[in-house]
Amino acid sequence: MKIPFENLNKAFENRLRLQIMSVLMANQRYDFNSLKELLGVTDGNLASHLKGLEKEEYIMVNKSFLGRKPNTNYEATEKGKTAFKNHLDALEQLINQQKIK
Amino acid sequence: MKEKEIQDELTSIRSLMERSSKFISLSGLAGVLAGIYALIGAGIVFYLMHWGIDYSNVPFLHLVNILPAIIITALAVLILSIATGVYLSYKKAGRRGQSIWGSASKQVLFNMSVPLVTGGFLMLICLHRGYFGIIAPVSLIFYGLALIGASNFTFSDVKYLGLCQILTGLITAMLPGYGLVFWALGFGVLHIIYGSVMYLKYDR
Repeated sequence: MKIPFENLNKAFENRLRLQIMSVLMANQRYDFNSLKELLGVTDGNLASHLKGLEKEEYIMVNKSFLGRKPNTNYEATEKGKTAFKNHLDALEQLINQQKIK
Repeated sequence: MKEKEIQDELTSIRSLMERSSKFISLSGLAGVLAGIYALIGAGIVFYLMHWGIDYSNVPFLHLVNILPAIIITALAVLILSIATGVYLSYKKAGRRGQSIWGSASKQVLFNMSVPLVTGGFLMLICLHRGYFGIIAPVSLIFYGLALIGASNFTFSDVKYLGLCQILTGLITAMLPGYGLVFWALGFGVLHIIYGSVMYLKYDR
């Protein structure tokens, strides 16, 4: 039986990226510090995966200032949302197939 | 990937989507305590209004005289309730290793503050113009609207508390003279019921 692994998105292979995307699916926007706290990861780790998602054009970055403190907000793009949904569908398909086996 | 792994992945996604968008450190116990403060406050106001009053005298003048004491009592109840709520939420969040100050709690605060500040100003205006009878319904209705506004970002049960407060407020508006009774019912009894339900459902 052919297992549709190719439908799984390579960009979401990393767990943290998938988690970031889930948060941005449930919220219109989310800031860097809240993300860091929620996911319990280091600055560098989070930043590099955010960069990766940004390069795929799955998320948009908004930089602004709250008083003097820089505030970076992230938002999922339409492309990112579609990719996330497709990835979830693929995961679901995998489960269904394995149940049949 | 094994089926177990995929299941874990999906569970983690679901929990993150829930946790990131909802403020779930709200404590049921805080609701019960806020209700008790409100009942004590209502008791004090009742005592102020009826103690040693001869009703053949001018009751309106009496109300104006004790107004500062009533406002101080109401503010004390408000401040105590907020302080208890913040403290218990802080403790509950700490127990779960979460932070109280996140994206969701900001949303809760913002969505509550708009109707609350509007209602607060309307109450001040009513006080200033002498419409004392409308204070109780206004406070209940705007508080209910604030709860409904916040309910998208916390336990959805908060919505029902909000609806009950609005209903109580509207009934109060229909029955002038019973403001204090309904105020005690809304802020006191409803909070205690809601807090107990929340405590049994989520805190244990």
